[in-house]
Amino acid sequence: MNRIAETFESLKQKREKALVGFVTAGDPNISDSLSLITAMCEAGVDILELGVPFSDPTADGPVIQRSSGRAIAKGVNLPAVLEMTAKIRAKTEKPIILFSYYNPIHAYGNEAFYRDAEAAGADGVLVVDLPPEESDEMTDCWSGDALSLIRLIAPTTPLERMKKIAESASGFLYLVSKTGVTGSDGLDTSDIARHTQTLRSVSQLPICVGFGISTAEDVAAVASAAEGVVIGSAFERLIEENLDNPALVSIIAEQVRKYKEATKIS
Amino acid sequence: MNTFEPEKYPDSRGHFGPYGGRYVAETLMPALLELEKAYHDIANDPGFQYEFHDLLHHYVGRSTPLFHAKRLSNHLGGAAVYLKREDLAHTGAHKINNTLGQALLARWMGKKKVIAETGAGQHGVATATVAALFGMECRVFMGTEDIERQAPNVRRMRLLGAEVVPVASGTGTLKDAMNEAMRYWVGAVHDTFYVIGSVAGPHPYPIMVRDFQTVIGKETREQILEEIGNLPNMLIACVGGGSNAMGLFFPFINDPVEIVGVEAAGKGIETGKHAATLGAGSVGVLHGSKSYVLQDEHGQIQEAHSISAGLDYPGVGPEHSLLKDLKRVRYESIEDKQALDAFQTLCSLEGIIPALESSHAIAQAMIEAREKPKDEIIVVNLSGRGDKDLDIITQNLKFEI
Repeated sequence: MNRIAETFESLKQKREKALVGFVTAGDPNISDSLSLITAMCEAGVDILELGVPFSDPTADGPVIQRSSGRAIAKGVNLPAVLEMTAKIRAKTEKPIILFSYYNPIHAYGNEAFYRDAEAAGADGVLVVDLPPEESDEMTDCWSGDALSLIRLIAPTTPLERMKKIAESASGFLYLVSKTGVTGSDGLDTSDIARHTQTLRSVSQLPICVGFGISTAEDVAAVASAAEGVVIGSAFERLIEENLDNPALVSIIAEQVRKYKEATKIS
Repeated sequence: MNTFEPEKYPDSRGHFGPYGGRYVAETLMPALLELEKAYHDIANDPGFQYEFHDLLHHYVGRSTPLFHAKRLSNHLGGAAVYLKREDLAHTGAHKINNTLGQALLARWMGKKKVIAETGAGQHGVATATVAALFGMECRVFMGTEDIERQAPNVRRMRLLGAEVVPVASGTGTLKDAMNEAMRYWVGAVHDTFYVIGSVAGPHPYPIMVRDFQTVIGKETREQILEEIGNLPNMLIACVGGGSNAMGLFFPFINDPVEIVGVEAAGKGIETGKHAATLGAGSVGVLHGSKSYVLQDEHGQIQEAHSISAGLDYPGVGPEHSLLKDLKRVRYESIEDKQALDAFQTLCSLEGIIPALESSHAIAQAMIEAREKPKDEIIVVNLSGRGDKDLDIITQNLKFEI
């Protein structure tokens, strides 16, 4: 069993849901980012989503756009993210998912990307602008199946299409909570429950829900309907608000503990 | 001349050889599939086509003239230069051909809200115009830098009832406006139609925009055959995203006609401050399709630079990328100062104020015509008028108007 499946299995035993933590790799710089990530894993993040900075993140709201901009300003690109992945892997056995737009991977080379991501210890990849219609060009270049391809399901995805997407997915399914970019407001948990239910009728894979989840109450509500809850912009907002604060790492760790507590089934 | 078999492209998923496709977030995929189906339906619907062409005639004022620029031709001393006068279309540029088609399609699909991105503001004005015509709500995303340098068009859009949304991210130009339009669309896709202004973006936009713009080339073909009895020897058009160029080129693609696309070389290719995506870029994915883009070694999109806001874009339509690889179209580039020189030349010799975008095509024609015999004919797409550019022109040419 791979790390992703093991994680969901062990959480199930503990009657917990997965806290999936997203941060942009290298924000605000590589060494602080590594300290942050280490602290987040220790504080209770179950699955780490490592954002690859991209100049034109069209699916992201302003918070993640700015975090991406800060990382790029420090010269953080895909090669640096892969190096960071290896360093994180040396410290934790938690699953690491690389979250990227396609162009940085395309520029790196699909074959080299698979080889180096596997070697660095990544467990999966989610390419936000690579729908199933286009993803063969990437996966056809992969020399093995060590990387799970995490697929997005949107509220706009019709049932037939859900089926098709689920068939080619592995690891878990990422359900987008609502139509919008990351970090937007207006979370509707009853809507989410309806979508997870539909999705369960076509797939056995664990479902993680993300986009616009920011409070512990949100986490608890979403956790009751899914196997995992993804938090991204809320972490990045905290990072942005505390860029010069020496207590940044402990602030983030404290927030992780609050979220983690909310993923436990009472 | 290498041949291009247009019927082979794009494939069923919108690929022009290795280019094109649909590289978008899942939220938008169902909308693009729905759009593709609706576009297929209207393309074969006589009622839709009748209304489209009726409005092109009575509202846009088509057909636009094909004008023999005799004084310019004499000045150059070579081939005869003809101008396809898209600047005389309603709103002052070719953009209206496409926005009219897309607004009709939006109405057909039952969408009452439209959004658009704009660089020079011509596409924004053309979208605001058809939105007013059809009673639709219109939001136009425009970079803050472009709002500054194309102020007259911002005022026009607001007069027409559109909301102009300033985009300050990135360099505040066309690329950033398109990013923001895509983000907005992700959240509003259920009731909003995205009117893309160029032959860029995800499938089916590149073919849809091309098809709506081919009225330019079809008219040109009829007009030149009627006037001269022969096809032209050469076609020239400027290329930012590439819609006026595809519109002119496509109906001639299987003819023995030399075709030249002109990108913006900005301050010079060697300075790195340019927008010559096909000339100096590499293959990547931007705004939903694969094509040539300006990017660094790590796949970060780079800033484009051009005096012309409409050409100031680090991407290009995927069909142009294929036409480049197949060598069916020759792509050249023109620097800011050459475009300014061509702008002045056309003003003084023909009494026509061209858009800075179109001035790049004029500048290329001035190079090509000199080297051709007098019995050859060059058709240049004069894609828009230059009233919007007067502020930039006065700043750059250091004179008072």
